[in-house]
Amino acid sequence: MFDQPVNNLVEVSDLKMYFPIYTGIFRRHTGDVKAVDGVSFNIREGETLGLVGESGCGKSTVGRALLRLYEPTAGSVMISGENIATLDSEALRKKRPTMQMVFQDPQASLNPRMTLADIISEPLIEHTDWPVERRLERVLELMDAVGLNRRFANRFPHEFSGGQRQRIGIARALALNPKFIVCDEPIAALDVSIQAQVVNLLEDLQTRLGLTYLFISHDLSMVRHIADRVAVMYLGRIAELSPRDELFAKPLHPYAEALLSAVNEPDPNRARRERIILQGDVPSPANPPKGCNFCTRCPKAFARCHQEKPELVEVEPGRQVACFLYEDKKPAVSIGRPEAKTEHNQQGETL
Amino acid sequence: MTDATVVMEKPASQGKAIWQQFRTHKGALFGLIVLGILIVSVVIGPFLWVPEKLRVAEAIMLKNQGPSLRFPLGTDQLGRDMLSRMMAAGKVSLAVGFVAMFIAMTVGTTIGILAGYFKRLDGPLMRLTDMFLALPLIPLLLVMVMLFRDRIASIIGPEMGAFALIVFAIGVTSWMQAARIVRGEVLALKEREYVLAARSIGAIPRRIIFRHILPNVVSPVMVAATLGIADAIITESVLSFLGLGFPPDFPTWGRLLFDGLSYMQIYPERVIWPGIAISLTVLSVNYIGDGLRDALDPRIRGR
Repeated sequence: MFDQPVNNLVEVSDLKMYFPIYTGIFRRHTGDVKAVDGVSFNIREGETLGLVGESGCGKSTVGRALLRLYEPTAGSVMISGENIATLDSEALRKKRPTMQMVFQDPQASLNPRMTLADIISEPLIEHTDWPVERRLERVLELMDAVGLNRRFANRFPHEFSGGQRQRIGIARALALNPKFIVCDEPIAALDVSIQAQVVNLLEDLQTRLGLTYLFISHDLSMVRHIADRVAVMYLGRIAELSPRDELFAKPLHPYAEALLSAVNEPDPNRARRERIILQGDVPSPANPPKGCNFCTRCPKAFARCHQEKPELVEVEPGRQVACFLYEDKKPAVSIGRPEAKTEHNQQGETL
Repeated sequence: MTDATVVMEKPASQGKAIWQQFRTHKGALFGLIVLGILIVSVVIGPFLWVPEKLRVAEAIMLKNQGPSLRFPLGTDQLGRDMLSRMMAAGKVSLAVGFVAMFIAMTVGTTIGILAGYFKRLDGPLMRLTDMFLALPLIPLLLVMVMLFRDRIASIIGPEMGAFALIVFAIGVTSWMQAARIVRGEVLALKEREYVLAARSIGAIPRRIIFRHILPNVVSPVMVAATLGIADAIITESVLSFLGLGFPPDFPTWGRLLFDGLSYMQIYPERVIWPGIAISLTVLSVNYIGDGLRDALDPRIRGR
């Protein structure tokens, strides 16, 4: 909206990822965990889309389904014009270099038995037929790019600190010059001072290499720092997708509002936003409520919320919200009492 | 970027690093020395210690002797020198143990990895494993030996034939434990993030298996293998005892043990020698496996 419309690099429409539940001695298919239930968004070239939400809301599943590490149940994922969700395996393999992933736990995402050089050159072995010297040259180049000392090329992952390991993970993701990187909570396992380093590195790489990020996190202040637009997820669906500044200034969806009210304000003199404490628990994704997924806990829910699922619609320029409150720009009529809800599905509870 | 003159830290070559770590394991070093001595003595020993040729009458006179300078380990019930028999027996027993273990581990690891990694193969392969576990071992071996002994013997000679048959029989009937252990390990490993990372890179299953899965199942396989050697040596002796293994005049440690069994109360040393040899082999191989497992793990190495 501020600048010229840029090409969408990633277009996700109605992505669904259900994990089947089998029960009984005959392992009958009795239901699905609807980890991601109809998610649509676009990511423009060169931008960072933040994806936030509480744990278990399907953030990581979206990231993995986007790269087809899971087989999506339905929907399409267009990355530079090709539908990742339906590509056959060989075409998908050819496509892999353009999309890469940085994982959450830098310890777990590096094979403990491989040296740093082996780890970073793995994508090169898979996708190029370069001789060893050329691969090593590229590895050293990448190590420079992510700020690792060249001397460390033959060390093993356990000899590095958490931040350095995450740099190795980033170097591996960069090896094939991808356009799009899914950062799946890349900073969650690091301590705060290192988080800043890694995020700054990611930003720096973005400006230098023109990368596009999907930045999955539950750290709202970090998302505020790095993302251009932010999608707020709740129970497998996007509640609100807005540009960062607008979202943090005035969240529209009641869930986004509640979530953002939890962000700490470092300056004590600033007036603190009143915290909204939600009642109850997140319903089980195996058995989501009939209406809006958030209706069981929403302080502003009204009758219609319990009947229909709201679609993600644009209510202000550039801002999309899935909430009936904004459908006809009418204020809330009644305030629901969350404790009156009979539906009470704990997460992890099966049918 | 930075100047290329920065010297890259050369890793102490992989082999050297492994040896460095292996050396710190006292038990493993001890095991290696003992096993080395055993192997050297069964390979070179027969050339150094040539038993005197005795006529039958003399041999009968000298039966069941205790250890002496003339017969360092005594003689058996037919007056044969125990030392030379022990060395000849050791060659066969060690070879059977190692080769059968190698076959069992190869088969077990392959089946375990395939079952663990490819979901579609899991059911059939594990049911096959269960089936093998349920088979009564001795009757199966009996049938195998009965059916194939003469045929194989006619091709590669009676001794080599018996060896090949026994090694094969033991190998194909003792891979199940390894397969189960490996499958369990692979099921856990393939959910690790580095395997996911390899998939996101676009690595094909074969490379994922060889690069990420196989090196990480080495430790449990190593443990199973060291125990497997002992089992193979003992199974071979059981077979020989039942008359299904090597011909009666062909010594193996297991055979010597069973021959000595009936004289155990009068001449206990006849059981003790092969017993000690088998125990030492098993123990040293166990320790070596232990040390090797530590040495192959870069996380433990250098600590």
